Amino acid sequence: MIRALLAILRRDLRLLLLGTGGGGGGVVLPILFFLAVAIIFPFAVGPDPVLLARIGGGVIWLAALLAAILPLDRLIEPDREAGLFDQWALRGIAEEWIIALRIAAHWLSFAPALLLATLPAAALFGLKGSVIAVVELGLLAGTPGLAAVGVLVAAITAGLKGGAALAGLLFIPLCVPILIFGAGSLAIGGGSGIALAAAASLVLLALAPFAGAAALRAGRG
Amino acid sequence: MSATALSATDLCCRRGDRWLFHGLSLSLARGDALHIRGPNGFGKSSLIRMLAGLLPPSPSPQTGHIGRVDWAGPVALIDERHGLDAALPLGRALAFWARIDAPLPDGTLERLGLARLLDVPVRYLSTGQKKRAALARVIGQRAPNWLLDEPLNGLDTAACAQVEALITEHRAAGGVVVAISHQPITIPGASVVDLGRAPRQFSAAQWAEVAA
Repeated sequence: MIRALLAILRRDLRLLLLGTGGGGGGVVLPILFFLAVAIIFPFAVGPDPVLLARIGGGVIWLAALLAAILPLDRLIEPDREAGLFDQWALRGIAEEWIIALRIAAHWLSFAPALLLATLPAAALFGLKGSVIAVVELGLLAGTPGLAAVGVLVAAITAGLKGGAALAGLLFIPLCVPILIFGAGSLAIGGGSGIALAAAASLVLLALAPFAGAAALRAGRG
Repeated sequence: MSATALSATDLCCRRGDRWLFHGLSLSLARGDALHIRGPNGFGKSSLIRMLAGLLPPSPSPQTGHIGRVDWAGPVALIDERHGLDAALPLGRALAFWARIDAPLPDGTLERLGLARLLDVPVRYLSTGQKKRAALARVIGQRAPNWLLDEPLNGLDTAACAQVEALITEHRAAGGVVVAISHQPITIPGASVVDLGRAPRQFSAAQWAEVAA
């Protein structure tokens, strides 16, 4: 059982990190998208350094949220389509495990690259070191929750017509608590906001495997 | 008297307000085979998925009881989904299952004509090649019970004979095979369930009348 779970985690991670080979993306496209949003933002609001430094942290959070929408349609649907979930069920591997592993793989493939890309984005906005630290810690606390919501939403919309668009639409409101606490930590100066973002992440992490597994099973009928 | 491999009782399947079948009971011993027949839309694939435990049985229209499916040992399934990573080369897609199940028995790839396809991504394989790859996955699973939903789809004559031979070998080793096939398939001594012939087509409204 442990051997099977490790094999699945390895596979999920490889696929989400490197993509499907034939233009299936991987983690590179969402990160480039994240940087692109950060780069074009000053064009839209003007090159006022004081303004950019003030809103930069919030923009980075928003860009991270938008970038997290891009991989949603690859998280569950291709494997459902290929019958992999059925095959795991036949081997007695609970859907809860499968979803939990998928969340872990999604976070591992997405969050470290995002945290790294946040540094050049922060430099573009001229953020101070102390602000960058709050953004990075906030993202570190919030991204596990974003990963959990992403996989959950992907499981709920798998197999639906227009599922990808619906997933993006469902994803945004479910991420609001993390965004409020995470980006809010910038306004109130750190600690408590990050702790609340982490708490929201933990709640979502605890619920998502069960809700996602129920969605997978319901989708079989 | 050989050991029971499958005991399924009072299986019912309802789709919307239509009963595809109900009150269906099956019992198979080790080495047995069952051929499920019937026209399209009569619930053959639903029955296979129910036997696989992937589709919960509907409550019986007469008693309200929910049917049971009990297998001795694990179950392997082939259906219209190949169950392999479409993006990976065939060799690595099969290696993933080998890590979860067990390595393929020697000669399996050659027998199924897959040995030269190991570097080809699964999504570029033809329908018949995907079906053969799925068969390799089933063999690697080493489950005593096989559920085969249209195993001959897309296969050429030689590959069809190969599948029939694999089924015979599997049964000789004590395995059970439940198959759906529109194409002629020779499974010696298989019992037959014909979902088209069984008087099981009742609408919910008719059942309400019967119950009243």
